[in-house]
Amino acid sequence: MKTNDVILKTGTKVVSFMIFLFSIHIFFAGHYTPGGGFVGGLLASSAIVLLLLAFDIKTVKKILPVNYITITAAGIIISILTASAAVFFNKSFFTHFFDYFHLPLLGKTSLHTATLFDLGVYLVVVGVTMTIIQTIGEDE
Amino acid sequence: MNNLILFPVIAPFLFAAILMFIPKKVKLQRALTIVALTVTILGTIWLLVRVYHEGVLSMTLGDWQAPFGITMVSDLLSVLLVLTTTVVTLFVVLYSFPTIGVPREKFYYYSGVLFLLTGVNGSFTTGDLFNLFVFFEVLLMASYLLIVIGGEKVQLRESIKYILVNVISSAFFVIAVAYLYSITGTLNMADLAVRIPQIEYVGILTTVAVLFLVVFGLKGAIFPLYFWLPSSYSAPPTAILALFGALLTKVGVYAIMRTYTLFFTMDIGFTHELLAFLSIATILAGCIGALAYFDVKKIIIYNVIIAVGVILFGASQLNESGLQGALYYIFHDMIIKAALFFMIGLIAILFGTTDLRKMGGLMKTKPALGWFYLIAAFGLAGIPPLSGFAGKLLIVKGGFENDHVWGSIIILVTSLLVLLSVMRIFIYAFWGEPVKVNEIPRSTYRQMFIPSIVLVGLSILYGIGTEWLYPFVSDAANVLQNPSIYIDAVLKE
Repeated sequence: MKTNDVILKTGTKVVSFMIFLFSIHIFFAGHYTPGGGFVGGLLASSAIVLLLLAFDIKTVKKILPVNYITITAAGIIISILTASAAVFFNKSFFTHFFDYFHLPLLGKTSLHTATLFDLGVYLVVVGVTMTIIQTIGEDE
Repeated sequence: MNNLILFPVIAPFLFAAILMFIPKKVKLQRALTIVALTVTILGTIWLLVRVYHEGVLSMTLGDWQAPFGITMVSDLLSVLLVLTTTVVTLFVVLYSFPTIGVPREKFYYYSGVLFLLTGVNGSFTTGDLFNLFVFFEVLLMASYLLIVIGGEKVQLRESIKYILVNVISSAFFVIAVAYLYSITGTLNMADLAVRIPQIEYVGILTTVAVLFLVVFGLKGAIFPLYFWLPSSYSAPPTAILALFGALLTKVGVYAIMRTYTLFFTMDIGFTHELLAFLSIATILAGCIGALAYFDVKKIIIYNVIIAVGVILFGASQLNESGLQGALYYIFHDMIIKAALFFMIGLIAILFGTTDLRKMGGLMKTKPALGWFYLIAAFGLAGIPPLSGFAGKLLIVKGGFENDHVWGSIIILVTSLLVLLSVMRIFIYAFWGEPVKVNEIPRSTYRQMFIPSIVLVGLSILYGIGTEWLYPFVSDAANVLQNPSIYIDAVLKE
């Protein structure tokens, strides 16, 4: 008998979106408050895992048609390139740069290259977690 | 800025990540791996020239002050180890083309090799104890992939043992680092070398030193802690075995050499005596194993353990001859072990078995292989014009100078056992009545044979050019013997 999990599916549609937004919030908050790329990445993958629980692997692949191994590799490359950028400014490897900018809507904001490095971490965490879960899930 | 120091670490890392995008394009992967390794070798040679002319180079990541950031240090020892490692890896990759098989190549094999190289080069270059732990984990993670890749039954069984042992030793590593940090309040190696002599609690520092010996001994396979190595290393294919046998134990040996010369020198009478005793026991245990088996892979694997003992005995003497000998021997051993594993792999494929008793008469059909194997075997045992001689001579001399006469005599006697163990392979496989040999295509044979003879050629050059290499080795040993050179280079204002 096929069970009808309409409550789970409807709840997931709302909740996974909220988890995803929260993961982005945590990611950007990392410099001044607890958070950062690692927790952010884990939260984002937990949103995807919730989708996997409510629907099945094929549907989720249709929603997010990405290869998670590629995402991992992209994350590594973003992090390496951010760290090596300093070499071209005649500074030591891994030197970060920051400055204050006036952005529309946000006002005076400090932009730091550490965020780009964290973006790499975020992508690697999402990629690795989802690769693990999907590989085990698809295994017969 | 000395960013060049990081080049041998970052270049393979970047290429490994790029290779993850194209797992199915085998030809492109092969080409990119060769490019990555060539570029790394060229960069390392440039670094070697700079270190040779300017002395120890150091840099701290992110332009922080020296003890507060992560320091990377390149002295002659580490840059020579990085160069040897990368060259050996290049030959392993060339040897993998015909042997490793397309399914493995499509499953991130070359990424794994390059990540392993990242970890090994990083461990040789770092100047921070916790960073050393991280690089150890990088190379171990990559080695977990390489030991299990392909998923044969024996690989699955051995990878469980291998991972279990290494997870436990990594946990011990973290505990040891935590103890040391709570005593000294720093993890920068040069800073540790400054602070440890000022601490009066020698007892607890000695305990931590022994704990580090246990940790690095598990990675580098010294006497009571080598139990996991023979069976684990015999599981993966020959190319991966050569990579592990030539490189991985040497990282543990290097870590012992670095910590036991740079900062754990507060109670030499206990710690270094223990190290000398354990290395002699390692040699004896290795010899017993090397003579006990009729399996070609096992014989050479036990020779890896013997070499670890020989190098550490030299390092434990803390005198000029002992340290120089240890350095001569470690480079020789990395090259010759890779060459021996290559030829063993070729012999095993030709006969279709690794059992010596089922082999024979290869000298009639493949004389070149026989002669090159013989040269490699003589080089391993340390017969004078070849590469193993200078290192062992200096190590033995160091032992005699330091009242470790018994140790030196054991090393001399066991050299004969080493020779016997490798000559057994020669006698069984190359002499006697010819046994039916598997047909392998000429091009495959050539692709497997050429990396082996080039490596044997390198080891011959190494043996003949001993005198020419002396300035490099004596400078490297000088830094080990006088930690103040290292400390000044890192903590300079």
